[in-house]
Amino acid sequence: MDRWRGFEEDYNQMMAHSSLKRKYEKISSVNSILDKYRHLDQSGLVQVKYVWIDGTGEFLRCKSKTFDFEPTSPDQLPIWNFDGTSTGQAIGDQSDVFIRPVALYRDPFRPGPNKLVLCETLDRNYDPTPTNNRKKCLEVMEKAKEQVPWFGLEQEYTLLDLDKHPYGWPKLGYPAPQEHKIRATVSDSPKKHPSQIVIRPYYCGVGADKVYGREIVEAHYRACMYAGIRISGTNAETMPAQWEFQIGPCEGIEAGDQLVMARFILHRVCEDFGVVCTLDPKPILGDWNGAGCHCNFSTKGMRESGGYPEIETAVRKLSEVHHQHIAYYDPHGGRDNERRLTGAHETETIDAFSYGVANRSCSVRIPKQVFDDQCGYFEDRRPSSNCDPYNVTAALVKTCCLKGDERKLSLTYVPNF
Amino acid sequence: MSQSAFNVHLPLGTPTVDQFLGIPPHPTKCQATYIWIDGTGENLRNKTRTLNTRPVKVEDYPIWNYDGSSCGQAQGRDSDRYLKPAAVFPDPFLGGHNVLLLCDTYDHLMKPTATNHRAKCKEIMDKAAAHKPMFGMEQEYLMLDRDGYPLGWPKNGYPAPQGPYYCGVGANKVVGREIIETHYRACLAAGLEIAGTNAEVTPGQWEFQIGVCEGIAMGDQLWIARFLLHRVAEQFGVIISLDPKPQVTIGDWNGAGCHTNFSTETMRKPGGIAAINAACEKLSKTHKEDMKLYDPNGGRDNLRRLTGRHETSSVDLFTYGVANRGCSVRIPRQVHADQMGYLEDRRPSSNVDPYVVTASITRSTLLM
Repeated sequence: MDRWRGFEEDYNQMMAHSSLKRKYEKISSVNSILDKYRHLDQSGLVQVKYVWIDGTGEFLRCKSKTFDFEPTSPDQLPIWNFDGTSTGQAIGDQSDVFIRPVALYRDPFRPGPNKLVLCETLDRNYDPTPTNNRKKCLEVMEKAKEQVPWFGLEQEYTLLDLDKHPYGWPKLGYPAPQEHKIRATVSDSPKKHPSQIVIRPYYCGVGADKVYGREIVEAHYRACMYAGIRISGTNAETMPAQWEFQIGPCEGIEAGDQLVMARFILHRVCEDFGVVCTLDPKPILGDWNGAGCHCNFSTKGMRESGGYPEIETAVRKLSEVHHQHIAYYDPHGGRDNERRLTGAHETETIDAFSYGVANRSCSVRIPKQVFDDQCGYFEDRRPSSNCDPYNVTAALVKTCCLKGDERKLSLTYVPNF
Repeated sequence: MSQSAFNVHLPLGTPTVDQFLGIPPHPTKCQATYIWIDGTGENLRNKTRTLNTRPVKVEDYPIWNYDGSSCGQAQGRDSDRYLKPAAVFPDPFLGGHNVLLLCDTYDHLMKPTATNHRAKCKEIMDKAAAHKPMFGMEQEYLMLDRDGYPLGWPKNGYPAPQGPYYCGVGANKVVGREIIETHYRACLAAGLEIAGTNAEVTPGQWEFQIGVCEGIAMGDQLWIARFLLHRVAEQFGVIISLDPKPQVTIGDWNGAGCHTNFSTETMRKPGGIAAINAACEKLSKTHKEDMKLYDPNGGRDNLRRLTGRHETSSVDLFTYGVANRGCSVRIPRQVHADQMGYLEDRRPSSNVDPYVVTASITRSTLLM
């Protein structure tokens, strides 16, 4: 008899957990109702959404304003302001914080003439607020202009359900491990015949049991293309529910601008699907990959034929200021990266600097193609997925391109162990 | 929806206590449940009959018969097989004068059927009786939900990696404790030598130990203990798996074994360590044959379990060592310190036939 009473209680429990599923269904139907209003005539007016980085240095905010013209450049848009005490950017009576438009994009969420505009935050003296690292980055990029610094940023992220558990994972549990061994079918050389080889089934996977949330990735890809973001690609990552998109190649300040706006678009797309995106560098402890924001970097000299020595010089320079860079590579002076840069899961440990050709366990990887061509770029694998791209790109340019006092990085990482 | 039809509710709690609706056991009649091993060599069958009074000795119980063709032990044309009671135990569930009878199975010519290994075991134990061979067996097993998935594991997924579950306490560490506690009592009530229990390394996995038993009693008692385990779990809507390495536990999860502890009178006396080492040497010579006997499928089941990882030895090599859980045979540290005692054969699979393994060890070490 008890067995049947259990059935009823199980049913109720399941329905409670499916409230998440029902929320998702509700959001889908809401979106289709919204379409009716989205296609209404706008009476010649234009909606512009101002987007900015808040006091955490990693989360984004937005609010919208109506204009009677369609802007074609950010200079045409006025400086606005918001309540900084709500975003950790102001205290007490001096609550107004300014937002100054710096980069303009088409708004994929509001079809028509509507825009997204990326802003930088300024205090009442029109100076950058503490988490506005763009101004300093712009200065650095200006100084290094002749070297034409290019960046490609690989943004990794994890999708979470509303209960903070990874999207698609079994509730209160884990999917099959991200790595196992299979019988080796291909041998590298006749000399070494490994009987078993490592395989990671989720990386670039296809199938409902391999990837979770592809609909979000596809929507984000198209939205970025529409917005005018130079999104160069996407792939499923090693951990299920983890994905990556790449921005670039972008020159100078563009890299930071485009990545921040691409992140905004990602969060906004996830919102439409009733799912959360986290940029935390180690969302799940245990034998699961973390998330990074590998930064590919080159100067004109490195890209030119025979530019390989420039790459080596740059990497040598980086090796001398490793702890300083680490401090700029996540919003908490290295504390976030401590959880991710362990030496396992294709990372180098946080307190060591190493580099190698085709080596993904190093701090810096020089792609094999670059080595063969003897010119190209290198990949700094250290930045955390929640890094401030202005800080990362500025630090790289400072160390590799500038000289003397202009190279100085004021922060340094102090190990916690 | 169909999923929750196969979810037992955790914790299991207490099932209906009085399934008999208050009807007491009969004051004089005896319900005798005949239990036997079927054609698989690992599954048990049972049926019950009424006897006017409870017989005094096991030999007094009547030989019965059953449909062997439904148990993989006969063809349809000549399907009757005989059940000969071999050991009797009080029935912990039915109470009163009621008994559980462990039987062995015979064909129409009164020859033991293919999976009746008791007959052969009895011969060997009789021959070796002077050495007083004593055994203790550590039965590991995995609890499954009715959909065949491990009890307490998230459906279509895995729990957190093993580490905290061994001998654990807490709803996030163990499931199904109600079954092992009830089973423990049932074994004690049936007069079995149940030595102990513990939660095992894989979540949902448990172990109980039967011992110390002499000779043929080891096999008899372990089979009855297994019957009681399946019967108790049945009451809770849970399945017991004696598979040494269920498909879902491939990966970083421990398999299940039935480590067999063995000693002779000589080993138990001071200086017995010499006899223990000599026995290990003898076992090393019959390793390949033994591996074929240590599960009911010619050694194929054990191949999935003995990987050399997860505290197992490898299949190909016989090794033994003091306190070494990665060896085929482990000599406990205490035994080495006392210079006498017993040895632990870690090779048998959880679904091993205890008659086969006890007979094999006895023959290898004492009769060859």
